[in-house]
Amino acid sequence: MSDETQSEGLTCPAPLMKYDTIQLSHGSGGLLSQELTNNLFRPAFDNEYLSRLDDHALVTVGSSRLSFSTDSYVVSPLFFPGGNIGSLAVHGTVNDLSTGGARPLFLSAGYIIEEGFPMADLWRIVDSMREASLKAGVKIVTGDTKVVDRGKADKLFINTAGIGLVEHEHEIHGGNLQPGDDIIVTGHIADHGIAILAAREELSFQTSVQSDSAPLNKLTLDLVETVGAKIHAMRDPTRGGVAASLNEMAAASSVSVCLAENQIPVRPEVQSACEILGFDPLYVANEGKMLIIVDHSSAENALHRIRQHEYGKDATIIGRVTEGNRGRVVLRTALGGERIVDMPVGQQLPRIC
Amino acid sequence: MKHVTEFRNPEVVRKALAQIKAMVTRPWVIMEICGGQTHAIIKNGIDQLLPKEIELVHGPGCPVCVTPLEYIDKAICIAGRSEVIFTTYGDMMRVPGSDLDLFRVKSQGGDVRIVYSPLEALQMARDNPDKKVVFFSVGFETTAPNSAMAIHQAAVENIPNFFVLVSHVRVPPAIKALTKSPHNRIQAYLLAGHVCTIMGWEEYVGISELYSLPMVVTGFEPVDLLAGIAEVVRMLESGQVDVINRYSRVVKKCGNQPARALVERVFRIVDRKWRGIGSISQSGYELAEEYAPYDADKHFGLESIDVDEPDICISGVILQGLKKPFECPAFGKECTPQTPLGATMVSSEGACAAYFSYNRHLNDQQATQDTTQYE
Repeated sequence: MSDETQSEGLTCPAPLMKYDTIQLSHGSGGLLSQELTNNLFRPAFDNEYLSRLDDHALVTVGSSRLSFSTDSYVVSPLFFPGGNIGSLAVHGTVNDLSTGGARPLFLSAGYIIEEGFPMADLWRIVDSMREASLKAGVKIVTGDTKVVDRGKADKLFINTAGIGLVEHEHEIHGGNLQPGDDIIVTGHIADHGIAILAAREELSFQTSVQSDSAPLNKLTLDLVETVGAKIHAMRDPTRGGVAASLNEMAAASSVSVCLAENQIPVRPEVQSACEILGFDPLYVANEGKMLIIVDHSSAENALHRIRQHEYGKDATIIGRVTEGNRGRVVLRTALGGERIVDMPVGQQLPRIC
Repeated sequence: MKHVTEFRNPEVVRKALAQIKAMVTRPWVIMEICGGQTHAIIKNGIDQLLPKEIELVHGPGCPVCVTPLEYIDKAICIAGRSEVIFTTYGDMMRVPGSDLDLFRVKSQGGDVRIVYSPLEALQMARDNPDKKVVFFSVGFETTAPNSAMAIHQAAVENIPNFFVLVSHVRVPPAIKALTKSPHNRIQAYLLAGHVCTIMGWEEYVGISELYSLPMVVTGFEPVDLLAGIAEVVRMLESGQVDVINRYSRVVKKCGNQPARALVERVFRIVDRKWRGIGSISQSGYELAEEYAPYDADKHFGLESIDVDEPDICISGVILQGLKKPFECPAFGKECTPQTPLGATMVSSEGACAAYFSYNRHLNDQQATQDTTQYE
């Protein structure tokens, strides 16, 4: 190494700050998604409902409080262990409505289909949607179909929107975290993301992991009815995983969150897959889990109720809301050290070795 | 997972920490050479648990970090060509070149695909005979055998549309260069377990003797890391100079001989530029003459590309362990994982990314306050 390499005048090009085109990371649920929402959509549509930036909007029509939400599904592959794009499209919107403690009632279904898509697959997918909506107790009451030229879409995209009735007066939203609250997760995390990765043909690894895709509205409604106002917030940690959801809520509530690493439920096979792929399960997507932030005095009661439900048997308390207004999520490691669990930037990248 | 969890056992970790505390009598500066170890140390909070006398310095062992800018630019140049399927390990996607990164090439229509192994890229070449499939072959001795196997296989099958852009680097010359630097502070090394799995540790014995450096072959789990640190502290305290293997469940003295033989056949050792550090003698691999037809650099006529690295970030100083990431004025401001100025911020193994992700730069007092409330 020569002396001149010791100087500080070393390396690195100018940063690629400005994006003239949309990148995949803009849709990852991480910082770039947040930027797009904050810089484009929020100012463009500026109103009091949107500005809460929850997974659903709480609107008042006459004397009724309604929950309203929409989500698009572009999952690949369309069929995966534990579900398919159809069941996912029903569960996802049902769960978004459930985060506010609403009773989901009606869904719409919009299909964008690539020319040449097998009819048999469409039947299977629609049948799963029928089953999923029956199980969740919602009706699909309107829809739309568009077909595009071959190559102009990847097989099939589905959009669902949903309306639910809010029958309570409680403040249940992501900006309502209070110091001392306990954080419950309703089961093992990261199943969906790992199941999808494993199902992709280009990845040559096999696992028995199934997607956790499931409707959580019965569980959340029960909680709202029994634990009521002591439930401060709920969020389904989909893209960006538990890390993104907790960061969003901590920031919106101006509090910090402290997690205990050895309390976070991760299946051994999911943990193994994450080790191999270089992923952190806290950032991997879930489709059948809810983060429930509850007043400490009611946490045990809430946990007991959640565990009575089909999709809440492995629920556990993973952390607590703490003072401090920086919106930080801190993880106490199993060894007793600590680290910050930050908002993800874009999608996680597999590590080199 | 049992084979992993037993190496994360908090009880064993506590015992190792107590052992280290009992041994230490004065300050020591130890470098973990491998980025994977840097990540594991910070992810588990191990550096916070060590006695304050022990300073861990994060070495240049992140293959993404040290890939020179001109190779990123070459990759971008190739990936944008319409006849090419460009394949790469995931974390090279976001490394900024002079103007673009591979993500942007992809969003502009380039066919850029993430693979886990060069053999997947070779399969793509078989499946797409009308395309040129190029693999971006970066990394230390750890990933070199995979590339060597793919190239060798391509030659055996006479596959004409498979190419590799080679920017491999070797650890021993880097340790020599770091040690010879007039600014050197490193008193001992934790050697990279993965690299030694392939190469063994014979080649470090001479370096250890020549520069009086204790070295310990070390693994990546908390128990492994602490075993390595304990061994190196013991050697430092007792004045012992040697190379000791504390990752013996994986690493053999002679390494993986078939893998080494293949690497020696397919590659030859050359001088190599390291991003942020400069050229280090004998520190890289390029394709041996016999395999030159598979060299993407030659095939696409890019050999003349040579890029001067702009002088905004201090990743070179950080890679050499002379400064901590948070001592860089751009750290966490202009330079974040979202807008990386240098590769140390891009790779999850990079020292800057590890510090940023786990917010080591923030006020420790506040972090302690946040967590103690949970207990």
